Amino acid sequence: MDGYKLMVIVIGALLVKNFVLSQFLGICPFLGVSKKLSTALGMGGAVIFVMTIASGVTRLVYDYLLVPFGLGYLDTIAFILVIAALVQLVEVILKRFVPPLYKALGIYLPLITTNCAVLGVALLNIKEGYNLLESMVYGFSGGLGFTLGLVLFAGVRERMEYCDIPKAFEGLPIALIAAALVSISFFGFQGLMGI
Amino acid sequence: MSAVKEGFKNLTRGIMKENPVFRLVLGTCPTLAVTTSAENGIGMGIAATVVLIGSNAVISLLRKVIPDKVRIPAFITIIAGFVTIVQMLLKAYLPAIDKQLGIYIPLIVVNCIILARAEMFASKNGVFMSILDAIGMGIGFTLALLTLGTIREVLGNGTWFGMDISGGVFEPVLIMVLPPGGFLAFGFVLAAINKFSALKVEHKGCASCPMPCGASGKDGEVQM
Repeated sequence: MDGYKLMVIVIGALLVKNFVLSQFLGICPFLGVSKKLSTALGMGGAVIFVMTIASGVTRLVYDYLLVPFGLGYLDTIAFILVIAALVQLVEVILKRFVPPLYKALGIYLPLITTNCAVLGVALLNIKEGYNLLESMVYGFSGGLGFTLGLVLFAGVRERMEYCDIPKAFEGLPIALIAAALVSISFFGFQGLMGI
Repeated sequence: MSAVKEGFKNLTRGIMKENPVFRLVLGTCPTLAVTTSAENGIGMGIAATVVLIGSNAVISLLRKVIPDKVRIPAFITIIAGFVTIVQMLLKAYLPAIDKQLGIYIPLIVVNCIILARAEMFASKNGVFMSILDAIGMGIGFTLALLTLGTIREVLGNGTWFGMDISGGVFEPVLIMVLPPGGFLAFGFVLAAINKFSALKVEHKGCASCPMPCGASGKDGEVQM
């Protein structure tokens, strides 16, 4: 296995092209569940879990089901249905066999069927032509990058609770401006890979 | 007369009063991602509008056939079908736009606006009204993307639809067309709307979205 390529994928997904802060995938939960650090961590865990599995499964579905029948153009429909079914399945399996993990991630699982980061990673895997292992690594590190952004941003937002903000900026506007600053800080990684 | 009036109301609601981006704050992912230029904003807006019109029409026609329990998966499948159609049309006739918007075209599937309109309007109303609603919402979405795209392109690149309009008066601020600029421009526009609108804006965000994504709790927080 080409360890160097995997390393590049991990760093790319985690820092240089961070899913939330530079690719804008999964903004809804990013703005929605980032008010408290604990919920941000729970959501992040669930996203990492589902993105890793979804990357692998959608890659297999694409390679062994869609391509042999010449149905590559149906990838969007197939993936969204696979992801929806997968999330349900993961929930049932976790509930039955790994109750502690279900307790930690359970309430977040149904929320991420429609997280665009999950469908996004499935489509990006196809676009970049990653193989099964690379896809799963990309899914995992993408999820990790999402969590990193979410947790950092939740920290910023918790501090902001106590600040005196102009009335018009209260709520979402100031959160977006804080997100811009977090995003700028991630911009520093841009030179890391010469992209 | 009342039918005409109602139709007009359905048509205009999405443009100002319930603008999907600025009022309901739905579909933030494409809003931030593709508004690096006015042209991209319009392209994305029109693509989403076409999907919205198609899905609203079909869902409205099938609203009595689809069983209540599986309605969300059924809606998503219909929407995904229209997204695939739009994607292929773009690839065939507007390859440049398709390349610019890239992965965000297939991601229209998970755009909250479209499923929200299916759930809240098309599944309860007739075909004609649903199409009017879709057109209104689509125009609202397109206008919002055009506004943000214009702000970002003018400030960040000194151009509008590719025409140079800075006239050497100001130096373009590159950051505005980069990802942080998206957050920044959206934040300031929302604040300006808060400041100048007579109505109190209530950012429902994803709370007004039936999809089980992040923030469907009461105060934008996941219910524990």
